[in-house]
Amino acid sequence: MSATDRNLLEVDNLTISYRVEDQWIPAVRDFRLRLQPGQIVGLVGESGSGKSTVALALMHYLSSNGRVESGGRLQFDDEDLLRKSNAEMRQLWAKRIKFVPQNAAAALNPSIKIGRQVMEVLKAAEGIDGHEAYSRMMQMFHDVNLVDPERVAERYPHELSGGMQQRVTIAMALISNPELLIMDEPTTGLDVTTEAVILDLVRGLISERDTGVVYITHNLGVVAQLCERVLVLYAGEIMEEASVLDLFQHPRHPYTLGLISSVPKPGQNKSAAQLQSIAGNPPALTRIPGGCVFAERCPLVIDLCRERKPPLETLGDGRLVRCHRWEEMEEGVLSSPPIPRPLVPPVNPPRLSGGVPQGGKGRKTLHPITSGGNWSGGNGQTLMQVSDLMKHFPVERNLREILGRTEPSPIRAVDGVDLQLRAGQTLGLVGESGSGKTTLARLIIGLEERSGGGLQLLGMDVRNSVRERSQDVLSKLQMVFQNPQNSLNPYLSVRQTIRRPLMKLRGFSAAAADAEALALLERVNLRAEYAERYPDELSGGEKQRVAIARAFASDPDLIICDEPVSALDVSVQSAVLNLLAALQDDHGSAYLFISHNLSVVGYLADTIAVMYLGQLFEVGEARELFQAPYHPYTEALVSAIPVPDPLHSSERILLSDDLPSAQNLPSGCRFHTRCPRKIGEICETDEPPWRQGDAGHLIRCHIPLEELTIAQSGLIPLDAVD
Amino acid sequence: MLQFLRRRFLFFFFTYLVSSLTIFFLLRVLPGDPARVIAGGREATEAQVAEIREELGLNASLPQQYLTWAADFLRGEWGDTIAFRGAVNRDLIIERSVNSARLALVALLLSVPLSLALGVIAGLFENKLPDILISLLTLSVVSLPEFVTGLFLINIVALRWGRSELAASLGWWFPSSSAVPANASFAEMLPFLWLPAFAATLVMLAYISRLTRAGVIEELKRDYVRTAALKGIPWRTVIWRHVLRNALLPTITVIAISISWLVSGLVVIEYVFGFPGLGSLLIAAIERRDLLLVQAIAMVTVTVILFANLFADVAYALLNPRVELA
Amino acid sequence: MKLETISRLYVAIKRTARSQLRHPQSAAGTLLVAFFLILALFGPQLAPHRNPNDQSHDVRVPPTLDLGALQLGEHPFGTDRLGRDVYSRVILGAGSIFRIAGLGTLISVILGSALGLFMGYQGGWVDEVIGRVIDALLAIPALLLALVLIGIIRNLDFAAGSWQAALADNVILLVISVLYIPIVARVARSTTLDIKTREFVEAAQIRGESQFYIIFREILPSVIPSLVVEASLRFSYAIFLVASLGFLGFGARPPSPDWGLMVNENRGGFYQLTPWALEFPALAIAILVIAVNLMSDGIRRAVQKGT
Repeated sequence: MSATDRNLLEVDNLTISYRVEDQWIPAVRDFRLRLQPGQIVGLVGESGSGKSTVALALMHYLSSNGRVESGGRLQFDDEDLLRKSNAEMRQLWAKRIKFVPQNAAAALNPSIKIGRQVMEVLKAAEGIDGHEAYSRMMQMFHDVNLVDPERVAERYPHELSGGMQQRVTIAMALISNPELLIMDEPTTGLDVTTEAVILDLVRGLISERDTGVVYITHNLGVVAQLCERVLVLYAGEIMEEASVLDLFQHPRHPYTLGLISSVPKPGQNKSAAQLQSIAGNPPALTRIPGGCVFAERCPLVIDLCRERKPPLETLGDGRLVRCHRWEEMEEGVLSSPPIPRPLVPPVNPPRLSGGVPQGGKGRKTLHPITSGGNWSGGNGQTLMQVSDLMKHFPVERNLREILGRTEPSPIRAVDGVDLQLRAGQTLGLVGESGSGKTTLARLIIGLEERSGGGLQLLGMDVRNSVRERSQDVLSKLQMVFQNPQNSLNPYLSVRQTIRRPLMKLRGFSAAAADAEALALLERVNLRAEYAERYPDELSGGEKQRVAIARAFASDPDLIICDEPVSALDVSVQSAVLNLLAALQDDHGSAYLFISHNLSVVGYLADTIAVMYLGQLFEVGEARELFQAPYHPYTEALVSAIPVPDPLHSSERILLSDDLPSAQNLPSGCRFHTRCPRKIGEICETDEPPWRQGDAGHLIRCHIPLEELTIAQSGLIPLDAVD
Repeated sequence: MLQFLRRRFLFFFFTYLVSSLTIFFLLRVLPGDPARVIAGGREATEAQVAEIREELGLNASLPQQYLTWAADFLRGEWGDTIAFRGAVNRDLIIERSVNSARLALVALLLSVPLSLALGVIAGLFENKLPDILISLLTLSVVSLPEFVTGLFLINIVALRWGRSELAASLGWWFPSSSAVPANASFAEMLPFLWLPAFAATLVMLAYISRLTRAGVIEELKRDYVRTAALKGIPWRTVIWRHVLRNALLPTITVIAISISWLVSGLVVIEYVFGFPGLGSLLIAAIERRDLLLVQAIAMVTVTVILFANLFADVAYALLNPRVELA
Repeated sequence: MKLETISRLYVAIKRTARSQLRHPQSAAGTLLVAFFLILALFGPQLAPHRNPNDQSHDVRVPPTLDLGALQLGEHPFGTDRLGRDVYSRVILGAGSIFRIAGLGTLISVILGSALGLFMGYQGGWVDEVIGRVIDALLAIPALLLALVLIGIIRNLDFAAGSWQAALADNVILLVISVLYIPIVARVARSTTLDIKTREFVEAAQIRGESQFYIIFREILPSVIPSLVVEASLRFSYAIFLVASLGFLGFGARPPSPDWGLMVNENRGGFYQLTPWALEFPALAIAILVIAVNLMSDGIRRAVQKGT
C-alpha cells in the first residue's frame, strides 16, 4: 500500500454519452473514482455496463460520436483533463498516462516491425531514439519476460503468439514509466495459462513502480487476485465500491452478491447445489429506468426502488453503495450461500440425488481405452464409444517439398483419442485453445470427416459425415454452439427455428410442431410470446436458450455443448448452466461439454477429460480433477484459474505461452516442452504410459502417481480450504 | 512467400489459357462460318470461302487449330489485315498500341495521384463536408460515360464556346486529337493527349478514389490507430506513418484493376476523339469484319492486363509483411 | 411468401427509405430514377408524338422550351435535321435503355446468385474450377468482350425466325448477362462462404437438411442484402454500358430512338447545325447515370448499416 494520501486520479460526476441516430444516450452516468499512486483499482462489469467507455473517458480519448457531459470532473494529479486540448493531452499520453488495450493483435500496426512501434513510444515520451532507445527497449522486453528480445524487435505482430503480443503492448505502456495506467481487459481472449502469466507479470511490474492502475475486466477472479479496491459497474452506474476483501466477503449491493455467487468456484459441482443466478437481462441503454437500474432483476426490490433512483451513499468505512436497502444487506437479509468447500474430500461423498435418471448402478465413470492402460468397464449403458479417433488436416506443400518430392507432415488436430460416455452423463472436455477439443466435437457430430478411428453410438458404428448418417442417428446427436450471435438464423423466428427439427427429425405435423415448440420454450424458461421474436430481438442468454431448445427438440441422447456459456455474461451464464443441468435431469440426455473454463466444466461434468495437442492426458471423475494427483498439465491449468476469492492464494504454475505447432509435434511426451515437472530424457523420447489411480482416474505421465501426489499435495486445493 | 509466388504464377498461366481459349473459340465456335465472314459474307463465292478456309487452316481439328493459332500469336505472326489493305496486323497493332500506351500513361499520371488524394481526404473526413462534396463529385460528374464527357470537352468547350477568347486559347492548348498522325513521336503527340487523357481520368478518378476512401475509413477504425494516437504522437504522424501505410497498400491492386478499366474507357475515348490508338483500331476492325485483327487486338490487350495484374500482386506481396501467411 | 417474411421485408424497405431520406442526395437520385421509370413505362402515352420517326415536322427547329416561363412550346427540345421531334424521341428512348439494362441486370443477378450460392456452398474443386474460370473471364476488359461478341454475332447471317436470329436481336442483353453473371456470382459466392460457416448453417447440417433447403432457406436470406447492393451497382453499370454501346454504333440500330445512338448520329459536323439534338439525349444519359449512382450509393449505405 502506498503511504501517501495524495490521489493520482480523482473522478466525479462523470457522465459519458454516445450519439446513436441523432440521439445522445448516456452510456455511463455519475461515475466516480479515487486512485492513489501504486494502487490497482478494479472496475468490474458485464457487457454493456460501460466499463470500456469509462476506460477511454479516463484517457480523455472518446470517439467522435461520444462526449463527456458538462459538470463532471476528471483530475489527474494537478491537471484537469476535461479542459485539456488534444495537443495538451498528447503530452500526457506520451509519457504519464498509458493505455493497455484488450485485443493486442489488433492494437499493433500489422505492417510495422515491433521494434519500431515500441521505440516510437520512447521518441514521443522522451525524445530519445537510436541506440539509447534500443537498449531501453531491450531492457523493457527483458522485464516483460519476452524470450529472445532482439528477434522479437525484428518481427511483425502477426508472427508473435497472443501472449507475446500482449507482453509487447504492456512493454509499450510501461517503457515510459507512466504514473497512470488504464488496462482494458488485457487478458480477455487469452488462454487461462497465458492469462495467469500475464497477471503475474502485471502484479510484479506494478509493485516495482509507483504506477496507479485502473484495471477493467469482467472477470471477478482476476479482480480478486489483482486489485486492492473494486468498483462494480452495472448499466452505466456504480453499484458498489469497496476494498477487494470487503467486497467479496460482505457485499452490500444485491447485484454484487448475485454476481459473486453466480460464478462457479473451482471444484463446485452441480451435485452439491444449484448455482445462484440473477434473473433477467440488463436494461437497454435507450431505456434506462427512472429508478434503480437493477430493480427489475433485484431479489430485494421494493416499490421505492422503482420510483426513486438510490443515491451513491458513502458508508462509514469508506465504501460506496447505491442501494435503498444496503443497511438490511449489512444485516444479512440476503446472504450469500456458504462458500462451498467441495475441495475437502467428504467422508461420505454426497450421492447424486435425482441427478441421473437411473439410480443404483454404482459409479458412472468414463474410461479411456488405451493401448497401455487397462480399464475397468463400468456397468452403466455405454452411449458413445470413441476409439483411436484421428483428424489430420493435410498441409499444402511448399516449394522445397515440391522440389524434394516430399510430403509435408499434416496438422494432427486430433491424434488418437479414446473415450467412452455413458447414458445420461456429462463428460467435460478441457484444454487450451489449439488442443483439438473443438475438432474432436466436430468429428463426433459429423461436421468434420475423421481421418481414422471409430465412433460407436449405442453399439452401432456411426458414419463419418452428417450427410451419410441416418435420420435416427441424426436425431440422437445434437449440438449447442459457442457463439449465440451466429447460432440462430437471423431471418427465422424463434418458433420457426424450434419447430424445424421437430418436423424434420421427429415427423411432427406443422400444428403439432408449433405446440411442441411452445412447450420447449417453456422448458427453457422463455415466455410463449418469444415464439414470434427474431434473433435480433433477443439477448445473448435468450438466444442460447433458444439454441438449447432447438437441440433438445429431437429428443437426443447426446448433446455436444461447445463452449455454450463462454460468450455469455457471468450473471446469465449461471442461469444457462442451471438450465442445462435441469434439462439433463428431465431428459436423461448425455452431454459432451467443452470449455476452456475449468470451473464451469467442473460444475457441470461427472467426468472430465483433459486434452493437449490432440491427445488426452488425464481422465477422471470431476471432483478428483481438483485434487492431487494431477497430470502436470492439469496442475498448471488448475493453478492458473483466477479464483474469485481474495483470500485464495496459490503458487501458480506458470507455463510458457507458446503451444507447439500441431504440425510439428514434440517427440515423446507432447507436453515435455512446457512441463514444469519434466524428469529427464525419457520425457523427450518415450510416450508416457497411462497410469491408473483411484476410481478409474487415469493419468498419462512418466511420473508415478504416488510421486505426483506427494509433490502436488497442498498446492492448490488445500490452500483454498483454509 | 515462395508459396504465394508459385500460386500466383500458376494462376497467371491458367488465366492466360482461359482467356485465350475464350477469344479463340468466340470466333470459331459461334454459329456461322468464320471463313465466309472473313471472305465478305453472303456475297463471297464458294471458291473464295474455300481459299480462306485453306489459308487459315480451318480444316484441321479445333484443338489443332487452337494450338497453331496460339503458337502463331506467341511468335508474333498475327496475320495480314483485311481492313487495312497492305499492312501486317503486327505492325498496325504495335503502332497503335504505342499510341494508346502514351494516352494511358498520361491518364494514369493524371488520375492516380489525384484520385488517391481525393480518396484519402474523403476518408479522413468521413461524412463531413469535404467527403460529401467529393463523393457527390465522384458519384455524379466523373462517373458519366466517357463519350458524354468526351463530347462535352470536344463540342461544347471547343466548338460552342469556341468564339470566346478563353476557348480559343483552350483550343490552341488542347487541340482535338483527330488531327494527329498515327506515327507521330511522343513529343509531337503530347499536346493532343491532354483532352482525351482528361476524359479517361475522370472515370478512373471515381473508381480509384472511392476504393481509397473505403480503405482509409476501414483502417481508421482499427485498434492500432488508437494505440498510435495514445502514444502521444501528432495526428498527422498517425495518419502518415500508420494509417496510410495500411490503407494505400491495397491500392496497388486497385491501380492494376483500373488498367483493365482504362482499356475499356480508352476504346470509347479514342473513338470520340478520333485518336489513332488500339481502341479505335478495334472498332474499325469489327466494323470491317476483320476477325483476325480483332483476335490479335484482344490477345494483346489481355496480355497487357494480365501482366499488369501479375506485377501488382507481386509488388503487393513484396510490400506486405502479412502475405507470407497466405 | 409467408406473412412474416413480407413484414420483415416491409421493415427493411422502411429502414432503407428512412436512411435514404437522411441523405438528400440519395433521395433525389431515387426520385429521379422513379421519374425515368415512369417515362420508360408510359413513354408512348406521355410523348407528344408517338412515332419517334415522324418526320412531318420542320427540320432544325430550335428548342422552344422556356424554363423561365415554364412553357414547353411546340418542340421543347427542338427537331433534328430530319424533322423529328427530339423531345418525343428522348421520352420514347427511356423505354429501351430501362428494358435492356433492367432485364440484363435481372438475368445476371438471378443466374449469378444461383451460381455463386452453389459454388460457395459446395466448395471443393467445383468451386475452385468455376472460380478460376470466372477470374480469368474478368481479366478480359468488359467493353472489349462486349464489342467482340457483338461484332461477331452481328456479322453472322441467320435465317429469320431461327433461335440464332433471336439471339442476335437481343445481343446486348446477352452481352450484359455474360459480363455480369460472373461478377454477381463472385459476390454471392464470397458472402455465401462467410454465411456457410455460421453455426445456424451447421445446425441445419446436423439436422440432415438437404442441400437445397440449406442454400435457399438458411443461407439465401442472409445473402440478399449484399445482392441488393450488387444489383443496384450492376444496374448503374448496365445503363452506362448500354449507352456506350449505343453511342459506338453497336447497340440499337437506326432509326431507333436510343439515346446513345442519337448522340452519335448528331455529333461531328451535324453538331453545329443542331446542337440540341445531341445535347438533350446526352443530358438524359448524364442525369440517369448520376441518379442511378446516387440511388445505389444510398441503397449500399442503408443495407450496410442494417447488417
